[in-house]
Amino acid sequence: MKIYVPRDAAARALGADAVAEAFSAMGHNVIRNGSRGMVWLEPLVEIAENGRRRAYGNVTPGDVAGILSGAVQSLGSVEDIPFFANQTRLTFARCGVIDPLSLSDYEAHGGLVGLRRALDLGADGIVAEVKESGLRGRGGAGFPTGLKWETVARATADRKYIVCNADEGDSGTFADRMIMEGDPFSVIEGMVIAGLGVGASKGLIYIRSEYPDAIEAMNAAVKIARKNNILGRVLDASHEFDIEIRVGAGAYVCGEETALLNSLEGKRGVVRAKPPLPALEGFMGRPTVVNNVISLATIPVIFEKGAAHYAGFGLGRSKGTMPIQIGGNVARGGLFETAFGMPLGSLIHDIAGGTATGRPVKAVQVGGPLGAYFAPEKFDTPFAYEEFDGQGGLIGHAGIVVFDDSADMRAMARFAMEFCAVESCGKCTPCRIGAVRGVETIDRIAAGDASAVPLLVDLCETMKHGSLCALGGFTPYPVMSALEQFPEEFAARREAAE
Amino acid sequence: MTTKAAPRAADLEGISAIIADHSDLEGPLLPILHAVQASFGHVPAFAHAPIAEALNITRAELHGVVSFYHDFRDKPAGVHVVRICRAEACQAMGGAAMSEAVLAQLGLDWHGTTRDGRITVEPVYCLGLCACAPAAMVDGKAKGRATADAILLEVGA
Repeated sequence: MKIYVPRDAAARALGADAVAEAFSAMGHNVIRNGSRGMVWLEPLVEIAENGRRRAYGNVTPGDVAGILSGAVQSLGSVEDIPFFANQTRLTFARCGVIDPLSLSDYEAHGGLVGLRRALDLGADGIVAEVKESGLRGRGGAGFPTGLKWETVARATADRKYIVCNADEGDSGTFADRMIMEGDPFSVIEGMVIAGLGVGASKGLIYIRSEYPDAIEAMNAAVKIARKNNILGRVLDASHEFDIEIRVGAGAYVCGEETALLNSLEGKRGVVRAKPPLPALEGFMGRPTVVNNVISLATIPVIFEKGAAHYAGFGLGRSKGTMPIQIGGNVARGGLFETAFGMPLGSLIHDIAGGTATGRPVKAVQVGGPLGAYFAPEKFDTPFAYEEFDGQGGLIGHAGIVVFDDSADMRAMARFAMEFCAVESCGKCTPCRIGAVRGVETIDRIAAGDASAVPLLVDLCETMKHGSLCALGGFTPYPVMSALEQFPEEFAARREAAE
Repeated sequence: MTTKAAPRAADLEGISAIIADHSDLEGPLLPILHAVQASFGHVPAFAHAPIAEALNITRAELHGVVSFYHDFRDKPAGVHVVRICRAEACQAMGGAAMSEAVLAQLGLDWHGTTRDGRITVEPVYCLGLCACAPAAMVDGKAKGRATADAILLEVGA
């Protein structure tokens, strides 16, 4: 019998450690796996026996004796729970299934197959495979990963770098955290393949300090990978690659790739003007691949199953699958990996079961603090890059935050500006000053000054077109989408007060 | 305050050791600052000169970096540090009311420390616990579906 109790941060935040201790106290070995992504059921315990795994949801230490004696009702197999059964798990195939720090578990579930194939393909073949897969940057920008790799591969320099952007600051997103905690070797394998493809021998992972569990898991996994010749001399072949873990220091803007590079170099996390592209002049002025955690963690499965297999999923130019994170006021929150193209409303209602409070959904914010609010009228939008862009939004890092009808959309618009003001790096004026003026302008609207509404629209235009990076440039998305879809909340406040 | 007092020789040696430990890194400043904060609870003023000298940057540049990042403190925090998420998913689950209750109970504003030096409350923008909101972190330990009472109980207030 094997007992799985997740060590995922969300499971731990809901009491998984005490549950694991209770099993240990009764003399059982406990495997601390990643989360299966059904956060509303955490801590979700699984007991593997006779080739089957039974799941138990919302387990407390008091349930442990009953689970062992059979007195507590099981949820059955995780694979049969509709939320899970409806997924297409490629990137997250191993997450929650294996012991995250067991290399033999990793290999038994397809790990390193991709790396071995990549070694056979050689550098040109690797870049071609990634291009063929259609993989686009999962951090939010959606830039074709293969093209980025090709640019770095063609650059000539004495050193090149692979930088993994694990500064997952977008609120409502937690896929990077989950894969680092639940399947850290997939990130490492992806980085090694990237290194082989572009000719880099050094990788850095920049993890935000808000993720202590992910930092611990990645550090442990890197040590194990070094000991087993996945890092260092890669599988005893003639290639060298090593990884260093760095920790952020609480600056949201460092998720922007050029700010992240400055931060890695020990500078203020200020955005750099582009060009030069980081692919040509990145970390320490050398050609650098900067990829999101999920982009890199998806590389192994692309090489394991083939680019065509991966590209066979999706919609239009949005190829493959996306781990969608559903949070906020939601009945069944968690991580749902699926091929691009599922309508937003299906995700919210059919998959996630609507709001936790049972009240009507008023709006959802998609893509983090810089993403647009979508009212139910837009819920037929298919979840894909171009389709969201066409609706004045973005999928970003694929977080969906659900709000019920008690949400104050003017307050949410104000919060977007306030957040931008707190986190602005200060380099460009539209963001640094615009965000502060945005808060003030929304406060004027709140006080009943209707003439401030066109001013807010004008300010958003300036920020959108005049800012150096997405922080100032996209803050208008939540603000304008709230204003356009809920204009009544930006008007008539004074009459209501009088 | 401890920051004004002359540093002890042992403290200066500690800073030197931290600098030496990180000397082979490319871009060592953030790892150095994290290590200094881990051993001193903050980045003391007396650490600035030796770090700036070792990295061949001006003290002004160093101050620019230290003050840029929310994580680095110039004075020690309270014995307990409570970080409450202010981001959207937590707001959707009543996070604003929860943080207001905690702050009111302790008589603090954001970033404030109780007079007895026991409790500091800071905002954080996302802990990645958005599917079990509202979220908080007490002394590095994450809490999902948090309540003001549970947070206050944890810090003995």
